[in-house]
Amino acid sequence: MVLTIKDLMSRERTYLPGSASCPGCGASLAFKLASKVLGRNTVYVVPACCFSVIQGPYPKTCINAPLINIAFAAAAACASGITRAHKITGRKANVVVWAGDGGTVDIGLQALSGAAERNEDMIYVCYDNEAYMNTGIQRSGSTPQKAWTKTTLGGKVQPKKEVPLIVAMHRVPYVATASVGYPMDLVRKFEKASRMEGFRYIHILSPCPPGWGMSSNKTAEMGKLAVDTCFFPLYEIEHGKLRVTVKPRERKPLKNYLLAQSRFRRTLSEADVEELEKEVVKKWNQLLELEKLDRIV
Amino acid sequence: MGEWKLINANQAAAHAARLARAAVIPAYPITPQTTVVETIEEFIHEGIMDAEYIRVESEHSAMAAAIGASASGVRTFTATSSQGLLYMGEVVFWAAGSRLPIGMVIVDRAVGPPWNIHTDHQDAMSQRDSGWIQMFVSSAQEALDSVITMYKVAENPEVLLPFMVCIDAFILSHTYMPVNVPDQAEVDSFLPTYRPPHWMLDPDLPVDMGNLVMPMEDYMEMRWSIHTSMEKAKELLNQISREFAERFGRDHGGLVKAVDLEDADVAIVSLGTLSSEAEYALKRIDTAKTGLLKVRMFRPFPREEIIKLLKDKDVVVVLDRSISFGHSGPLAMEVRSALYGIDEAPKVVNFIVGLGGRDVTYKDIVSMVNFAIKVPEDEVFPCYWYGLKDRIRSLRLKGVI
Amino acid sequence: MSESKEVEMVLPISYPSPGAMGKTGIWRVFKPVIDLSKCIKCWQCWLYCPEDTVVMEGDHPKIDYEYCKGCGVCKEVCRAGAISMIREGG
Repeated sequence: MVLTIKDLMSRERTYLPGSASCPGCGASLAFKLASKVLGRNTVYVVPACCFSVIQGPYPKTCINAPLINIAFAAAAACASGITRAHKITGRKANVVVWAGDGGTVDIGLQALSGAAERNEDMIYVCYDNEAYMNTGIQRSGSTPQKAWTKTTLGGKVQPKKEVPLIVAMHRVPYVATASVGYPMDLVRKFEKASRMEGFRYIHILSPCPPGWGMSSNKTAEMGKLAVDTCFFPLYEIEHGKLRVTVKPRERKPLKNYLLAQSRFRRTLSEADVEELEKEVVKKWNQLLELEKLDRIV
Repeated sequence: MGEWKLINANQAAAHAARLARAAVIPAYPITPQTTVVETIEEFIHEGIMDAEYIRVESEHSAMAAAIGASASGVRTFTATSSQGLLYMGEVVFWAAGSRLPIGMVIVDRAVGPPWNIHTDHQDAMSQRDSGWIQMFVSSAQEALDSVITMYKVAENPEVLLPFMVCIDAFILSHTYMPVNVPDQAEVDSFLPTYRPPHWMLDPDLPVDMGNLVMPMEDYMEMRWSIHTSMEKAKELLNQISREFAERFGRDHGGLVKAVDLEDADVAIVSLGTLSSEAEYALKRIDTAKTGLLKVRMFRPFPREEIIKLLKDKDVVVVLDRSISFGHSGPLAMEVRSALYGIDEAPKVVNFIVGLGGRDVTYKDIVSMVNFAIKVPEDEVFPCYWYGLKDRIRSLRLKGVI
Repeated sequence: MSESKEVEMVLPISYPSPGAMGKTGIWRVFKPVIDLSKCIKCWQCWLYCPEDTVVMEGDHPKIDYEYCKGCGVCKEVCRAGAISMIREGG
């Protein structure tokens, strides 16, 4: 079954309005879409991240599904405990980690790797806003090269950590990247993941208006441009087979994406843009090479 | 009833987890806890234990997984030691704050550096204020019986707090002792199936556990609630321990256990296996009528029992197998604070002993008691390091004997 | 100690409710207004709304102003140009 917008609209809400997220929050959009697919029969695990706040303060929550907050480094481990408990109680429910990039690619990487290696039955979602946004924009391992953050005032020196591929190397059943700029691609990936068993990983690019230095109405547009410039390619790896799910007919110039965000605008020279563009093209071609393989792992 | 086996306290702890029907066991190996993990693996491999065993990649993850499992409404067990407990520390607090009755055995081991795998209580003491119920035991049998007893206390709807049963490394963890391993049916009738509270992770009744709370909301009330439940646990432990003793014919005491204390003038107070050594020492002390108070439960602290049983003593000798650097032994601090303000309160003399597994024999305890009796009444806050090497002792420094 | 009574447990447990952060509509600086005569019912506004504050009324979209934070994403994605952002209180 392929879900349509109308199907999604008819589904019950898990994400109730009146949350604490910033206007135009990419992470909220990602959660709204994902939770429509996953439905109410889902248990969420949230480590320290923007979503710890977005839920809203005690004694209320805007998440209309069971959710446990857990320490920063511990999300995948906590979810392992839940999924194993379900084996004991016989409960059939999705167990979903909903974590930011810091809790995934940095402090939570060990627990993520452990759970992936054990092939624990869960969907691990990283909503990637490319910095520690909840603490006010500090660089993470997922911050792209040259991006300004409050701890990389001259632009980040190192490139972004390729965590989806790192997770894929654990030989898990499903890994995908997604962007809120391509919502129906995101929806299809959640649909596919929710029908599978074992460890599934979905990494969602989630634009952050205050963190990226753009106005709140640009969330969808930036999410789309990241893909259309091949800056953030969309692919999935099903049982080791990689497939690029969105291939721009004509790749858009990278500067359209970069210069629309002050986190890049304030650090980049023209030469830098060229340099980054070369890198983007190289990685895109590498990805197309990987797609030709029967299995990448 | 039950079956006599020659096993160590680690194996006894694994038997306890099996008999308690712990359903999810996330664990990570660390010396000297390792044989707990291995014995559980054997039970599962042999098919005599039906549990989800999660061979996690760290202690931090072990406790996080225990939290996830317990929050899903199943009985959960793990075990660790020393560095493992410290690494776990963040989520140890999280477990108590989440009000989840997780069971954990701590094989008390010194904390590095330098590396030292032998016993002291520094690891457990570091978690004193985490909101966990802390029990110290002095035999393999007591370890087994206490785990089973403590689940019943911790899971009480008015308690809902995690507990740790602390056993001394090697002295208990690797020493084989005759242990009566109860039958499953006996344990089942004492410790029924876990009935979790209604606020578990259940899609039919969604709750959000542990989300943000503002200062004007209930954070402080939640802390008060943990504190109140701790006090409740004291009441329950005495009651449930009595019930255990009646059912199983073994009485390890409640919050404390007194030995020859009633008409004694001097009392020794200690935790864990120091208590067994002290019990042996009692008969060899001829300078004063001496009794022993084994403190079994360290948190919640049995202050009422301490006051009742020690207020009339002349001298209270507190043996601490850990040190709060810059002050004194943690047990002595608690005993002193409990006795403060009592008319003609006993003189409390603290000894720091046996750190990093240094041997403490009954002879040492006899000589500490004899020393303590002679400490002048007007000496302020007597706290002595006992058993340091001669090259330190020869310096004749204050607080070193 | 006073007599033993059943004591209330204060738990770190919250329950789902709209408006967990209050009526977030008051955050708005600009208000999205849909011109229904232009609306082609492509539902992109619903799809992209980060707050799920576009709802279906009859067969057309309607904005839940009680909670809409006024981010303006719906205006950007509207295929028919049917949404305009109007300054609040203006």
